[in-house]
Amino acid sequence: MGLLSKKDAKLIKDPLLDDNPITIQVLGICSALAITAQLKPSIVMAVSVIFVLGIGNVVISLMRNIIPSKIRIIVQLIVVATLVIIVDQVLKAFAYSLSKELSVFIGLIITNCIIMGRFEAFALGNGPWRSFLDGIGNALGYGVILIIVGFFRELLGSGTLFGIKVLGDSVEKTGLYAIGYENNGFMVLPPMALIVVGIIIWVQRSKNKALIEEN
Amino acid sequence: MANKTDKNSYTILFAIVMVVIVGSLLAGFASGLKPRIKANEKFEKQQNILYAMGINNNEGTGDVAFISTDNVAEVFNKYITKQLVIQGDQATENDLAYLIDIKKESTKAKSGDYQRRLPLFIGQKDGSELYIMPVRGKGLWDAIWGFVAVDKEMIVQGVYFDHKGETPGLGAEIKQRYFMDDFVGEQLLDKGAFQGIKVAKGNNDPKNLIKDDYEVDALAGATITGDGVSVMLKKDLAMYVPYLKTLNN
Repeated sequence: MGLLSKKDAKLIKDPLLDDNPITIQVLGICSALAITAQLKPSIVMAVSVIFVLGIGNVVISLMRNIIPSKIRIIVQLIVVATLVIIVDQVLKAFAYSLSKELSVFIGLIITNCIIMGRFEAFALGNGPWRSFLDGIGNALGYGVILIIVGFFRELLGSGTLFGIKVLGDSVEKTGLYAIGYENNGFMVLPPMALIVVGIIIWVQRSKNKALIEEN
Repeated sequence: MANKTDKNSYTILFAIVMVVIVGSLLAGFASGLKPRIKANEKFEKQQNILYAMGINNNEGTGDVAFISTDNVAEVFNKYITKQLVIQGDQATENDLAYLIDIKKESTKAKSGDYQRRLPLFIGQKDGSELYIMPVRGKGLWDAIWGFVAVDKEMIVQGVYFDHKGETPGLGAEIKQRYFMDDFVGEQLLDKGAFQGIKVAKGNNDPKNLIKDDYEVDALAGATITGDGVSVMLKKDLAMYVPYLKTLNN
């Protein structure tokens, strides 16, 4: 990568694979389970988190030397909440139908542990540019898993992708349904998201043995 | 040596400055965007009312497609010929009836001897008159609401449902075409007595061909949301029955 030094590129690349916030650090699981029943909300959630974490990390990093350590968690919380409210208001004003669809998910970003985790673990000790990269990298790592889970849950649970019936019509019995295929209703329920995430973790660790903890 | 950022006075000062900055930033955003947000909410109501009476861009798509926000105000004025506010046995015309907050009206009515205001929209489509009524109730997680359009005989001509937080893929499907379209043609009155429409499981009519059974086929896995729709229709539409009956006399 010509644009980024090797050390900087690592900040983006690591969270995508070997230091993924969801599958390795097991952070941000709550939202990963709640919103991945369909592909579209998964993608929008990923984009929103990229925005909030990218900017939030920079803001915290710029303030890192003046934040009183006693109230640093509260300060971080205020920064996230402010950014999330701004995103919510801007969506309501300029993309009303989208904001309606996401409604509660946007607010849920505040509770996403990845964001507070990165503020605390990285932005408080690093400069703005590196914090920005770290924020984007971790949000991407989170988003990738969200999109994979959303893809499988929507495809197997509802037989659709982005709401388009890719497997045929389940009521009219066309496409795959004509030969007896049925949607798996379990897939739209949150517990199946946990199982899908578990399968991703399994696949990832069986490919890269170094990730397996010894005990 | 103690760091200067560890001092109590610094901490308090920091907190105060931060609150002021964040507070004014958010206040600025909120008041700057408020007119746009309010306008969007108004357009949405108009779109929903028009959708229920069958004025939409659905044709050729399998999806719910509203009249575009660019000209919804114009279309609304064209098709909605009259807006009434019914209070007790009084009906007065009011061009802003569509802005009445159903939620506030029903809480006010519950807490005292307040006669709630019921907005009723009268639309003109293909030469026939349609009566559109707002409904509001509870789903599994949060509020559900919608609009129901009926003709003079109280036969449903179209509905629109929406929800705040029903489960995606299950209860949230009440705002899908295949559910809403089932209501069209259903009757609300049984020989003059109000029946409502029940969202029923296993009613032996999954294709919804029987229109006088006061039932539509339920959504699998969304029992509570479906029951919420039944209750909402029964409760809220019943309030309009006395007025609609006077129209036929």
